[in-house]
Amino acid sequence: MSFAAIQDRARSEWENLQGRTHMLVSAATCGRAAGSQDVIDALGKELARHSLDVPVIQVGCMELCYADPLVIIRKADSLSVAYANVTPEIVPRLVEGYIAGEDPCLELALGTYEEGEGETACIPELPRYEHELRLVLRRCGRIDPENIDHYIATGGYSVLEKALRMSSDDIIGELERSGLRGRGGAGFPTSKKWEQCRKAEGKPKYVICNADEGDPGAFMDRVVLESDPHQVIEGMTIAGYAIGAERGYVYVRAEYPLAIRRVRIALEQATELGLLGDDILGSGFGFNIEIAAGAGAFVSGESTALVAAMEGRRSEPRTRPPRLAEAGLWGKPTLLNNVKTFAYIPSIVEHGADWLASSGTEGSKGTAVFTLAGKVVSSGLAEVPMGTTLRRLIYDIGGGITGDRQFKAVQIGGPSGGCLPVSLLDSPIDYDSLREAGSMMGSGGMIVMDENNCMVDAARYFLDFSTRESCGKCTMCRLGTLQMLRILEDITSGRAKLKDMDRLLQLAEDVKDGSLCGLGRTAPNPVLTTLRYFKDEYEAHIRDKTCAARVCKDLIVYYILPDRCDRACEHCVLTCPTEAIKGGKGESKVIDQEKCTKCGTCLDVCPPEYDAVVKLSPVSSLPSPGKTERSGKR
Amino acid sequence: MIARDQSSQALSQILESRSRDRGNLISLLQETQAKLGYIPREAMQTIADFLGIPRVEVWGVATFYNQFRLTPLGKHHTVVCMGTACHLAGGNLILEALERELDIKAGETSADGNFSLERVACIGCCMLAPVALIGDRIYPRMTPFKAEEALIPYRQNSDGKNTAD
Ligand SMILES: Cc1cc2nc3c(=O)[nH]c(=O)nc-3n(C[C@H](O)[C@H](O)[C@H](O)COP(=O)(O)O)c2cc1C
Ligand code: FES
Repeated sequence: MSFAAIQDRARSEWENLQGRTHMLVSAATCGRAAGSQDVIDALGKELARHSLDVPVIQVGCMELCYADPLVIIRKADSLSVAYANVTPEIVPRLVEGYIAGEDPCLELALGTYEEGEGETACIPELPRYEHELRLVLRRCGRIDPENIDHYIATGGYSVLEKALRMSSDDIIGELERSGLRGRGGAGFPTSKKWEQCRKAEGKPKYVICNADEGDPGAFMDRVVLESDPHQVIEGMTIAGYAIGAERGYVYVRAEYPLAIRRVRIALEQATELGLLGDDILGSGFGFNIEIAAGAGAFVSGESTALVAAMEGRRSEPRTRPPRLAEAGLWGKPTLLNNVKTFAYIPSIVEHGADWLASSGTEGSKGTAVFTLAGKVVSSGLAEVPMGTTLRRLIYDIGGGITGDRQFKAVQIGGPSGGCLPVSLLDSPIDYDSLREAGSMMGSGGMIVMDENNCMVDAARYFLDFSTRESCGKCTMCRLGTLQMLRILEDITSGRAKLKDMDRLLQLAEDVKDGSLCGLGRTAPNPVLTTLRYFKDEYEAHIRDKTCAARVCKDLIVYYILPDRCDRACEHCVLTCPTEAIKGGKGESKVIDQEKCTKCGTCLDVCPPEYDAVVKLSPVSSLPSPGKTERSGKR
Repeated sequence: MIARDQSSQALSQILESRSRDRGNLISLLQETQAKLGYIPREAMQTIADFLGIPRVEVWGVATFYNQFRLTPLGKHHTVVCMGTACHLAGGNLILEALERELDIKAGETSADGNFSLERVACIGCCMLAPVALIGDRIYPRMTPFKAEEALIPYRQNSDGKNTAD
């Protein structure tokens, strides 16, 4: 079939769908975790009960993970409406109301759903869309990722067809003018890499997509692969053509089974239509892509370690040069880019360099995709122009901090990144400004922290992660990070001295200098940024044995406020796993601190109307028995 | 646990269709684990012989990656997310509660083979933090007490039957 015929068929299928009432349900991993499968099942039953023939399309992530499962009822001739946090219980109401009838159930709606210009959809009632610019995510949540026709009907693969008629000089030139920098964290200019690879001697050449996404708090690459896999495949194929490679691999972490499945389906469908294979669209250019499933190691995301893993070895980085472009997989020239980097390619080739260059900042063009999680109201994804401020992201898009609490910090870039304080809320974020602030773009995972999060504990957490994930090749990375972790443990347990902070700083420098790859070189970042912006918290832990956020176990005690404890209630007494809580009927409960393991169960089970269990820090602030304490803070 | 000859049979099936290419080591281990639930010692020897490499090399790779398990999983594999969002929402309290209730540490399997416990880094549902998984089922917004309760249907009765079966 010619590409025009493929397109025609896809378009007519798509238009047919748009012309009738249908539903979209978010069914990426995030949606599924929130229960979208149950909703889909309930919809199927309800529609059958009403004998309605209405397609239910399982789309990817719609970015609004906090509102999952999301259901959208699309009507060709009337308002399309989005419903948030849908449960099987309200499905009959929706079907009855707006599928069978004309009542849009506005009391249940999140907002109306519009497909706007630039092929993106939005819910205009939500102010966040004013601040977003969706280039990479524009199809996510709109199309069925398991149906290649949806991708083709919305413009997909037409760029590949065009690219196959261009010279590789033109393609790489366009990339260079666009200013695209790699989205894998380091921000290396993409065109340079492609050029190096194209010029490199040696055959065959390989294209690898890095979907290892090892940062333990980031999931945008997963979302892209689960929601719009063809975009990445098209980008990789264009890359293969431009550098002269015949084979590509998507290296996905094994923890992403749904992403792996959807990429596999996408590859099969593309191959079937001749968009991958030995002679793509009759151009004579052949390119095939395979999936390589990672086996779970953070360091595998590093380029040379990734190649080692693909060769079946332990994932240990090696010195560079030679770069992968000269000696990569099996010693051959290899192009490695991140998922999102490839996802930008089709649009850059389609719309030209200016399309990307017209957004972003001087040094960082285009958009950045972040995941927002932690103590933020609207957690999920966001794609914004580079240079957007943290305040805009956290407050205007993320809806601010949960509860009535105060923003304390935002962690960007996972174990390689840093914790940024309030004072940086208004600085624009791009590769360079983040580096200046001591963090880095890294993966793009953003975790918001409030006053109940302890900065020293956060630093300890990341160090613990890096220590576990260090491959062990470099002494400073293997043992230096461990030594740093020990010091942080001393601090969080009240055993440290003030001069330990200097030792931390010194060690941080040594670990950076003494490590070969980015893991060790950036592992101290979470410690350095917290020391820089939250020094007082470190000092309070060391000097006053106080954890103001009441997180560090050794510095807190649980206490039951006698004037709040309901004397008849025995929830805590009955559930305490160590039987540490005493108090007969008619007495207020008292925790035996000797027996208490600080598991938090009593705080968890104390009914909200009493709210009698509090955590106190330092330990010495525990009121002595007999005395009553009027107030306390959770 | 899977009988030894059964597992070696499954392994030969896997090896049958594969080339003796050193580069296949990780995918062979992955397939073995997918089939058997873990990687038995004998399987490592068989794979080493098949690829013509020393057993220690197979061991080195199998112990390097987080995915590989050298002991069988429990009937109800329990996973606690220790990713950033989950940690900040008190994931460690959930892990401790499960370790206490199951009387095993992360990475271990209970003596009766009913439960195994593992920590992972981010399963991609950070907005539901802290998260635990028992089998395929996701338990969102856990608390130490909810974790304790969640186990109840999976516990074995005295006759060895599950309440959930
Ligand atoms: C420890 C470590 C982990 C990394 N993890 C990833 C990852 O998960 N995904 C990714 O795309 N890049 C990761 N990188 C960066 C890669 O080494 C590489 O720079 C990137 O994949 C190149 O793609 P880009 O030019 O498109 O950014 C990691 C680097 C280090 C040092
Ligand atoms: S941190 Fe637990 S799901 Fe992401």
